[in-house]
Amino acid sequence: MNAPVPEAPAAGTRRIDVEALARVEGEGALHVRIDGHTLEHVALRIYEPPRLFEGFLRGRHYTEPPDITARICGICPVAYQMSSCHALEAACGVTVDGQLRELRRLLYCGEWIESHALHVYMLHAPDFLGYPSGIHLAQDHRATVEMGLRLKKVGNDVMVVLGGREIHPVNVRLGGFYRLPRLAELRALREPLLRARDDALATVKWVAGFEFPDVEPDRIFLALSHPDEYAINEGTVRTDRGLDIPVSAFEEHVREEHVARSTALHATVDGEPYMVGPLARYAINFAQLSPLAQEAARDAGLGPVERNPFKSIVVRAVEIVYACDEALRIIDQYEPPERAYLEVPPRAGRGHACTEAPRGTLYHRYTINDEGIVLDARIVPPTAQSQSVIEEDVRDVVRGHLDLATDQLQHLCEQAVRNHDPCISCSAHFLKLEVERR
Amino acid sequence: MAPLVSAVSRTADPFVRTGKRPTLAVWKFASCDGCQLTLLDCEDELLAVAGQIDIAYFLEASSATVEGPYDVSLVEGSITTAHDAKRIREIREMSGKLVTIGACATAGGIQALRNFAGPDGGPDVTAYAAAVYAHPEILDTLPTSTPISEHVFVDFELRGCPIDKHQLLEVVSATLAGRKPQIPNYSLCLECKRSGAVCVMVAHGQPCLGPATQAGCGALCPNFSRGCYGCFGPHEGPNMPALGDRFAELGVDADGWLRALRTYNAYAGPFRKEADHVERTRS
Repeated sequence: MNAPVPEAPAAGTRRIDVEALARVEGEGALHVRIDGHTLEHVALRIYEPPRLFEGFLRGRHYTEPPDITARICGICPVAYQMSSCHALEAACGVTVDGQLRELRRLLYCGEWIESHALHVYMLHAPDFLGYPSGIHLAQDHRATVEMGLRLKKVGNDVMVVLGGREIHPVNVRLGGFYRLPRLAELRALREPLLRARDDALATVKWVAGFEFPDVEPDRIFLALSHPDEYAINEGTVRTDRGLDIPVSAFEEHVREEHVARSTALHATVDGEPYMVGPLARYAINFAQLSPLAQEAARDAGLGPVERNPFKSIVVRAVEIVYACDEALRIIDQYEPPERAYLEVPPRAGRGHACTEAPRGTLYHRYTINDEGIVLDARIVPPTAQSQSVIEEDVRDVVRGHLDLATDQLQHLCEQAVRNHDPCISCSAHFLKLEVERR
Repeated sequence: MAPLVSAVSRTADPFVRTGKRPTLAVWKFASCDGCQLTLLDCEDELLAVAGQIDIAYFLEASSATVEGPYDVSLVEGSITTAHDAKRIREIREMSGKLVTIGACATAGGIQALRNFAGPDGGPDVTAYAAAVYAHPEILDTLPTSTPISEHVFVDFELRGCPIDKHQLLEVVSATLAGRKPQIPNYSLCLECKRSGAVCVMVAHGQPCLGPATQAGCGALCPNFSRGCYGCFGPHEGPNMPALGDRFAELGVDADGWLRALRTYNAYAGPFRKEADHVERTRS
């Protein structure tokens, strides 16, 4: 909420209090303190009331985390279902392959399309065009916003066919699905997806025409990478600085710190802050995007690596093109497997998995006993991993624009946070922005 | 979309007379954001709805906010902090009608498992917090997660984890029209039969909470060859012990029955009482 700028409390001091940052998923606070021409302090404070999933997962049956952890985030439930399934299957020594693996990837493509279209059109584009929301944007650009909603809907349609509903799908289970999609339902997605791909290409063109601040911060990117595909469901954990490790070694390199001001945990990789999400995936796995998505990226003026966080909206649009392409590929090659799921009998052990949520790498680890009871669970959501870099981005914005009027600076700070499509519900959340100037 | 738009315009006379469109506010407490996202998932209806009402406060979607009072408030999430317990009272005061959306706001959500986590089966959050945080002592959280109705008067409670978007549109249009929302409170079984699904419990011997669960989702799980897991919460007056016996016959032990009862609507009366009974009689 944009509260009015209060009177300066003392000579040379300016201060802004904003109740909550809008157009992010969840609630958090950002505190910025400026003394004259010196930036003193930036802190992103996530204080979404903690819901303590890792606590109540203990003692649950190993078949339950896919449904339970989906409830961490209504925006990316499939990511939670996929990371938990893969981790628990790893613990039980089962690998889901072939067409079942392809169907999981198709479901995930649906979530990418839906979540990215939501962010591009409803949450992020309004920043660049000077509107408070996608709904306000529609008053002047109705056809464009309608295209965005149509695109978003196709993503939801994919999730409905594969999962039964778009939020907290019911059809995902260990080993695969409760029931296979009907062929007619899958084929019926083809036409909408073809149109969605055209809409996505138009979206890339549209957002590439926005004005972007000229910044190129040097951040460490981390994403899954796979030899055969643009990684979504599996791969090794890679950074653009040469780290390439199996998912089981994730916790040896990534540390989370509990910061007092926040109910989310701050992560570092080998001691350094890093970021996950579209920019990281794109930089590490560009060569595996489909030819059409690569072409769209080049036409939009992107190189194979893009470091400007404000241009994440363009990369997100390119990933929508890819997700449509990939969904079409999977549907076209689909042949029903014999069974909807593989048996996953419990055995004592520990399993890890990372998958690529729309906003970045999502890590799950479970320890279960012989009866399949969960003894321990650990979840590292994407926004917690990027949090230090989000703060760095805000610092850069403030340092580079100390002369801006306070309300404009505040808007730019909020935009710097939204560049990362933070999901604060995932990280536990309440984004409250305060800029204090002395 | 037509029903909502026509209902709103037909019944918006008081607002038309005053030259004002009805105002809608959307609030979040402890939750996953999914139920408010349902509003944005009404892709075909969203712009039409926005044309009929003023979305005065909806932070997930808009940075433009209008100060209250509001004609209708939609509330997502449960109360888990002292600060939120105070905030919901303020929201009630500035809301003409207050509607809770989803299992968190209506029954405390999955985070209400803490309400039974103590050694005596009562509220305890310390063990959960220690499993997540290195310094649980600095967390500001209550030992309970409670539904909105334990704190303020609620005009209507919409069920579901998540809510169904058609039901949401019905509740918004009915509330603006000043009529009772047409939301069925019978069991899922009726809806399931009507959908033509095969009964997974009778035909396949799969445990299913459908006989105790309120309809509204369209009997999704049985249509995906799986038993209902109760995400819409208990319907009016379910026969829980009988269903528990049926689960036992199908090979579900007491722990399994407890887990089935204690998910997204664990704190809702009939599910809570049956789980309490199982725990008491077992020990």
